[in-house]
Amino acid sequence: MRDMDAERLRLLHEIQEAEFTALELQLFLDTHPEHTGALHEFHQAAERLAHARRRYEERYGPLLSYGFSMSRHPWQWVDEPWPWEIEYPPRKDR
Amino acid sequence: MWVYEKKLQYPVRVCKPDVQMAKYLLTQYGGPNGELAAALRYLNQRYTMPTGRAKGVLTDIGTEELAHLEIIATMVYKLISGVSAEEMRKAGLGDHYATFDGDLFPKDAAGVPFTAAYIAAVGDPVANLHENMAAEEKARATYENLIRLTDDPCLKDGLRFLREREVVHFQRFGETLMHVRDIFSEIAGENARVLVRVPMGPPH
Repeated sequence: MRDMDAERLRLLHEIQEAEFTALELQLFLDTHPEHTGALHEFHQAAERLAHARRRYEERYGPLLSYGFSMSRHPWQWVDEPWPWEIEYPPRKDR
Repeated sequence: MWVYEKKLQYPVRVCKPDVQMAKYLLTQYGGPNGELAAALRYLNQRYTMPTGRAKGVLTDIGTEELAHLEIIATMVYKLISGVSAEEMRKAGLGDHYATFDGDLFPKDAAGVPFTAAYIAAVGDPVANLHENMAAEEKARATYENLIRLTDDPCLKDGLRFLREREVVHFQRFGETLMHVRDIFSEIAGENARVLVRVPMGPPH
């Protein structure tokens, strides 16, 4: 298991939060395609996600494969830790 | 086409190694109500769904189930990481260790290997959606059993997240079922389902 620096974990958390919001709204929109409020919130979440992802990738390397993310030299995709190896700090609200 | 994202959908925390719990959790990896069965069931059913909405719901929920499969795998990986062969044996995972060492294998808590028979599909979208709603409820109940089986607050947190997702999926499948029923009832005649379900037109 690997410890990550606090800023990296914070950005990762922000990405997880924004993407979860977008995912939840996507499922809702699948069955409510005419819901304008949900579409608006979806766009807001997507913007938050894009912003957080850009900041994360600039500092820590690619999150997406197959050309959706860029890499510095040498190829950063293979950098550890992989998702299952990350040691998350305890939840603050518990 | 799928694109891998190098992150978990939800952070997996484990407060302490627990081999016994890893054994129980395997049921959500390769058991009958597990995430692998769910992902394959939905992604396999989507091709013949009658509407764009239904195809979308099955694609998106099927894809989310793959992320849940990764969460369960991560939980098991963390629960057994650094554990000795002796500890594996004491917790009833000696047989697993003998064959797989620390690798995962899709099977249920009793060791029954994953089978394609878990992937229900009958071609009828109404029957398939009912099947999926029942599957989500069974998965929710399984997560509740697992939450009761552990005293690890870190693990409970992740299991609660997965349990809540089953509730949301049940809701979306229910809405999809009503939508598909509405479409069928709009089409007059006894051949309604046949008309909707054959996108290529009549055979020639």
